[in-house]
Amino acid sequence: MTDQDIIGRIKEILIEEFEVDEAIIKPDSNMYEELELDSLDSVDLVVALENEFGFKIDRTRDEEALRHMRTLNDAVAFIKQKIA
Amino acid sequence: MSLNRVVITGIGAVSPYGIGVPVFIDKLFKGESAVVNMEKEWSPAINDLMCYVGAPLMEPINVKGIPRKFRKTMGKTAVLTYLAVNEAIEDAQLNEALLSSGRLGISFGSSTGSAESTERYFVEHINTKSARSLPSGIFFQVMSHTSAANIAQAFNISGRVISPNSACSSSAQAIGFAFEMIQCGHQDIMLCGGSDELHVTTAASFDLVQAGSFKYNNNPSATPRPFDQDRDGTVCGEGAGCIILESEASAKKRSAAILGEVIGFATNASGVHMAHADGDSIVNCLQDALKSANLKPADIDYINAHATGTVIGDASEAEAVRRVFNSNHVPVSSLKGYFGHTLGASGVLELIAVMEMMKTDLILPTRNLDTPDEVCKGINHVQSSINKKINTVVKNSFAFGGINTVLIIKRYIA
Repeated sequence: MTDQDIIGRIKEILIEEFEVDEAIIKPDSNMYEELELDSLDSVDLVVALENEFGFKIDRTRDEEALRHMRTLNDAVAFIKQKIA
Repeated sequence: MSLNRVVITGIGAVSPYGIGVPVFIDKLFKGESAVVNMEKEWSPAINDLMCYVGAPLMEPINVKGIPRKFRKTMGKTAVLTYLAVNEAIEDAQLNEALLSSGRLGISFGSSTGSAESTERYFVEHINTKSARSLPSGIFFQVMSHTSAANIAQAFNISGRVISPNSACSSSAQAIGFAFEMIQCGHQDIMLCGGSDELHVTTAASFDLVQAGSFKYNNNPSATPRPFDQDRDGTVCGEGAGCIILESEASAKKRSAAILGEVIGFATNASGVHMAHADGDSIVNCLQDALKSANLKPADIDYINAHATGTVIGDASEAEAVRRVFNSNHVPVSSLKGYFGHTLGASGVLELIAVMEMMKTDLILPTRNLDTPDEVCKGINHVQSSINKKINTVVKNSFAFGGINTVLIIKRYIA
């Protein structure tokens, strides 16, 4: 799976489930400041990513990485590490 | 301490007839019934239900009209609330500065949080045994103060928030408590009211305690029948209503249109029975409300009854009205026969209808009241429309739990 494939699937989630305007989604968009997700959305986003990419979050081990996941590119790196 | 006068400066309604005050008033004053057969919707969920009549909202809701940021924490109850509050805010012309001034608060209740969301919450938990299978917003749809809390977020309100969750008396209590807060100067403006969604478990709850109508499943417009000898229970409906209460000084300062005045309020508990209305405590509540308004029974021009069409409740209310008003002069009617019992929304929706009656000098009759029951006699039942100027009105609202609430409103005279 290429980075572009992963970004495409994250974009789909952001558009379909979080109703984010497709035009403002860029790989380096800050999901909280620019795409206006909030802390509740971040919980739902992690569950959506788990379901989409077939991995499970370990809340103790992954907490630090999730806290620093701000952009789509950050999410790509995290997902690649989880499904490696 | 002198108390502030409290006036009404805006209204909003979602009733079984549709979304907005105009459709509510139009269909109600045409005498239409909003009660329909619900067997197709309800029988798959509960197979031994007897009551198959309800008054659901007849108009689809465009939920996408509510920004997702706010909608994600709203179940249907809060969505209905949002629509009614939004209309009332526009009607009262409240701007953003006022909404977030800290001098404007919320008093808004419902019987429960969203029943639909509660069902989903527990079904998911039981089936998946996982805490992560539900969206993060669902608890905020389920919690009892979902309406008040969601309005505060959606309209950026920073004043007081109170959520009376007293079942069918929720909105009347909400208005009363807001009235007292403004009287005492704690807030200048309050968004008040109540809401409830129609869910099969609501109908089942009334069915279980033998308070739901079931003899008219095939003739839904003939029920409920408040005060009638052939009444057999109430019909649950859904909706939301909002009225804006404001101190007279605040309303005058911003040149707001004044639609009426709240002048009296009382609420009490019967302490007698959880499900049955009690005449003695209703008498006390009516007398306390009259006292709070410095009025005598003879000063009242019209009583808008709570009467839901239950055998015991209607008789208790008729008895109490007879004892307090001690004569046959005050016209009494109930609106439940038109659009059912909208539970937490009933007090405020019926008050909005009363305001229209005051505006048009027309008292609506009790729909489906063909023959007053012997135990409901001795009061002046309105069985056909009356053209009469009404200045001062008593609004009754009672609830499971033995809760009684009485509001008194008046035509505004500066």
